[in-house]
Amino acid sequence: MKTAHFLTFPPALLSFFLILFAPLQLSALEALKVRQVADGIYVHFGVHELPDKHNHGAIANIGFIVGERCVAVIDTGGNPEEGERLKKAVEQTTDKPVCYVINTHVHPDHIYGNIAFKQPGVEFVGHANLERAMLSRGQYYIDKAAEQLDIHLSPKNIIPPDNVVKQYKLLNLGNRELVVTAHPTAHTDNDLTVLDKKTNTLWLSDLMFSGHLPVLDGSLKGWLQVIEKLEKKQFNHVIPGHGGLVSNWPQAIKPQKDYLTMLLNEIRAKIAKGVYLEDAVNQVGLTARSKWQLFDEFHRKNVTTAFAELEWED
Amino acid sequence: MKLHIIIMTLLLTAPLKASADKDESIWNNQLKQHFFAGKSIEEGENIIRLDAPYRAEDPALVPIKVISQIPQTSSRYIKKILLLVDKNPYPFVGEFELTPESGKADLAMRIRVNTYSYVRAIAEMNDGKLYMTKTFVKASGGCSAPIGADLDAAMRRLGKMKFRVEDAPAPGEPTLAQLMISHPNITGMQMDQVTRFIRRSHFMDQLTVKFDGKTVLKAKTDIAISADPNFRFYFVPNHKGELVAEFTDTSCEKPTSRAVCESGSRYSKSYTVDP
Repeated sequence: MKTAHFLTFPPALLSFFLILFAPLQLSALEALKVRQVADGIYVHFGVHELPDKHNHGAIANIGFIVGERCVAVIDTGGNPEEGERLKKAVEQTTDKPVCYVINTHVHPDHIYGNIAFKQPGVEFVGHANLERAMLSRGQYYIDKAAEQLDIHLSPKNIIPPDNVVKQYKLLNLGNRELVVTAHPTAHTDNDLTVLDKKTNTLWLSDLMFSGHLPVLDGSLKGWLQVIEKLEKKQFNHVIPGHGGLVSNWPQAIKPQKDYLTMLLNEIRAKIAKGVYLEDAVNQVGLTARSKWQLFDEFHRKNVTTAFAELEWED
Repeated sequence: MKLHIIIMTLLLTAPLKASADKDESIWNNQLKQHFFAGKSIEEGENIIRLDAPYRAEDPALVPIKVISQIPQTSSRYIKKILLLVDKNPYPFVGEFELTPESGKADLAMRIRVNTYSYVRAIAEMNDGKLYMTKTFVKASGGCSAPIGADLDAAMRRLGKMKFRVEDAPAPGEPTLAQLMISHPNITGMQMDQVTRFIRRSHFMDQLTVKFDGKTVLKAKTDIAISADPNFRFYFVPNHKGELVAEFTDTSCEKPTSRAVCESGSRYSKSYTVDP
């Protein structure tokens, strides 16, 4: 009987109740599980899965760093709900307010939770190319989110940076300095990394994949150059965008460097021999298959992207 | 009652949806009329075949091949090949005119496919007869997919061209050539609704390749050609000569209308072939 009455509710009235209950549902969300990997650095470790309708895009490593004055959130997750849950995790960890949201790059699994943190006093920090990437990809991402992730976004979910990093910037969280560095085109054309000087921890985000096959959406040669620069430095901890906490830098980056170097060498050799793209995707790098998760999902796309870059080498 | 209606609807729409993926209504109701009103077209693979991946790795970069089944002779040859992607927002990919001098009417290129769709090729013979072949491609988002991974690098080399000709071309034999063109071929659909920021379409619209002054390939192309257009075709080098490619680009007000366009620049490249 009750359900029958419910069904006969006028739709306008029904949506009125839905609107009333929506905020209640949000506040009932559980805080995201985070782990303290170094003093004041909290990471939620993602899963090695394709973004889909079950995980709703919540797959990447995201988290926050707590200073004496305020908190910097680093990446906000793959959907608005994950952003809300991350916010809850911040609130359960500290009473300091969030002052920065740092987006390490444009990919949906890192920025779709942005709106949870949008409020006065919070500055969004991004690479100088991030806004352009958001503009040119925004609508495409929004359409795909409904179709592939079963989440419903509007342009207001994609928040461009108000603090733009061209080379590097220092952010002070109160007795805790973060060095935010903008890199040349590598994983994407808008990669940022965050170094916490206090613990010498580098939040490398998607410039490093561990376990999950590296995904190329920028420049293969550029990515290798960034790795070569970073592997000369010492870090106590490194946080990849996908994969576990790294405490053996630079050894930990070697599998990724090997994979990217193999792509570079094998694709160059194919191009020199006059092999076409459609044949190269079936020939290059298949020996790496057993070493990576999601190889079948991303490898051929990586070869395609790298081939299109390398065929224009002089 | 309501539940019954829901179940009925599900039962009815599920099979419909599956077959709707492979539907040909756009071809039957619009494209055929538009391009071939009143003409009869034979469907089959006797004149040309079409080769494309069933599932595209990258919807903005789908390699396709047209393989001709007959030689290009002066008495009988494929004069024109029209390529269409039924469900693209602008289905016209390109129209490629070939000559007996082409030697062989094979073509290969990279295209954008916006959704699960038939890709079709219609060959027009020198006697006016029409032959069509088609293949189904599963892809999604090829036209709205973000402009290339490294736009700055792409803009810097815009207009640059490279030729590759197969090693040791045999004089008088159809010889395979590859032409690479650096151009972002912007669709005009890569946009944002927050700021109403639209990057206007900017794409290659005309391409001519000549060998020794004679046309081997003349193409009219559009936004469904991938960024950095890449074509393979045949020509017949009888003697030492210049292979010359020339293209122009354009920018149109609307991505799916060619009513208001501004012509852009002209680019050319020449390459000496010595068989």
